[in-house]
Amino acid sequence: MNFTPNSTFLYIIAVIVILFVLAQSVFFLVHAWRRAKELGIDTAKLKKTVTATAVFTIAPAVSILLGVVTLSKFLGIPLPWIRMSVIGALTYELPAATSTAGALNISLSELITDPKVYSAIAWVMTLGILPSIILPPILMKKIRGGMMNLKAKDEKWSDIFMTSLFLGMISAFLGMVFADIRGGITGWIPIFVLLVSALTMAVCGILIKKCRMQWLETYAMSISMIVAMVFAVVITPILA
Amino acid sequence: MRDYMTQTDRYGKLWIWTAAVVVLMVPVAICVYYNAWPSLTAVLKGLLGVAPIYWTVGCIEVITYTPMLGVGGTYLAFVTGNLTSLKAPSALTAMENAGVKPGSEEGEVISTIAIATCSIVTTIVIVIGVCVLSAISPLLDSPVMKPAFDNILPALFGGLGVVYISKNVKLAIAPLAFMVVLFLCVPGLAGSVGVLVPVGVLIALGAGRVMYKKGWL
Repeated sequence: MNFTPNSTFLYIIAVIVILFVLAQSVFFLVHAWRRAKELGIDTAKLKKTVTATAVFTIAPAVSILLGVVTLSKFLGIPLPWIRMSVIGALTYELPAATSTAGALNISLSELITDPKVYSAIAWVMTLGILPSIILPPILMKKIRGGMMNLKAKDEKWSDIFMTSLFLGMISAFLGMVFADIRGGITGWIPIFVLLVSALTMAVCGILIKKCRMQWLETYAMSISMIVAMVFAVVITPILA
Repeated sequence: MRDYMTQTDRYGKLWIWTAAVVVLMVPVAICVYYNAWPSLTAVLKGLLGVAPIYWTVGCIEVITYTPMLGVGGTYLAFVTGNLTSLKAPSALTAMENAGVKPGSEEGEVISTIAIATCSIVTTIVIVIGVCVLSAISPLLDSPVMKPAFDNILPALFGGLGVVYISKNVKLAIAPLAFMVVLFLCVPGLAGSVGVLVPVGVLIALGAGRVMYKKGWL
């Protein structure tokens, strides 16, 4: 059978996987929404959460789409589409494809036409990230139990614990921005971008509090992100 | 609360195990349909290049992010991926905007709603993108747009950082100072930022515990 990475068969598989992801997302959305109503959370607040998250998601989602574009140059569209919609991220998928290509001594500079090479890459991409999908159900009970014990024992410390988790994550990503500053002025670009994003967010915060522009709350994160990304487009050719 | 959590846990397990089967069936279907089973050596060699790192990162991520995302959010986010660059920030932002505490049941439902919305929107954007890929790929791939996507993490964490750090300045100082110094000294670690998240968490927890005991928080 003739093989092409853009075959109808592969597109059908992609559509099945994408429908599964959508079904799971809709299921949890409805499940959580119903519980939120039972808890007395205002519908307006829930709608605001959905709107703000939807707007906030668009720019990173386009960046994920860029990952599909990158991978599609040698894997066609369906497999990258599946991988970037389920578990995957470009930071993992590209090394997985490169590692397999290296093991098979083939180049990723053009579209793969050997089905065995293609299936080997699909297997490595799948197996290499399997713990992320297998471990949550196995470890959930233990982690949940630990968190509930912590809360029952000392609620204030439990709050600090949760805050520390988020701050640990934010700190790692903020610290990473400083990684390239010894490489010259171009290494400073991520820091300038970060500062513009932070500054825009601070201005939004002032407008919300001082000028009572409450509607801005929904879009502040998205605005700061987009402004910073536009700034990156403008400043990079000047500094590079 | 326990009933909702237990129910969510049960549904979550059902969905995530089904997802594991669906994900595994993709390469199986490719191999069966095209009669193209790869050699075990090729797969193992390929895996050797990524599994040691990504299996470790996977274990660390499950332990680190599960308490942050809540039960429903975890089961959904680990299936739909892009945890650090999208799902965790969106859950955090949504909880912050809604004024609910992470770890509370209100936090749990808001986090789940945010992650579900995020997954749906991402999937739709990718579907639309794939449908018009030939038209938009020159734009997405253009050198003009490249800096925007190269800097998406600073653009995201700048705004997120200012909100969260300004509310927890004392708690943020130690992990932030450590990470900045670490990346200045060892820039090569930028590629392993996922592994460093739990390090930042441990430092924040250690410093937080000391300050809490001393009554500074």
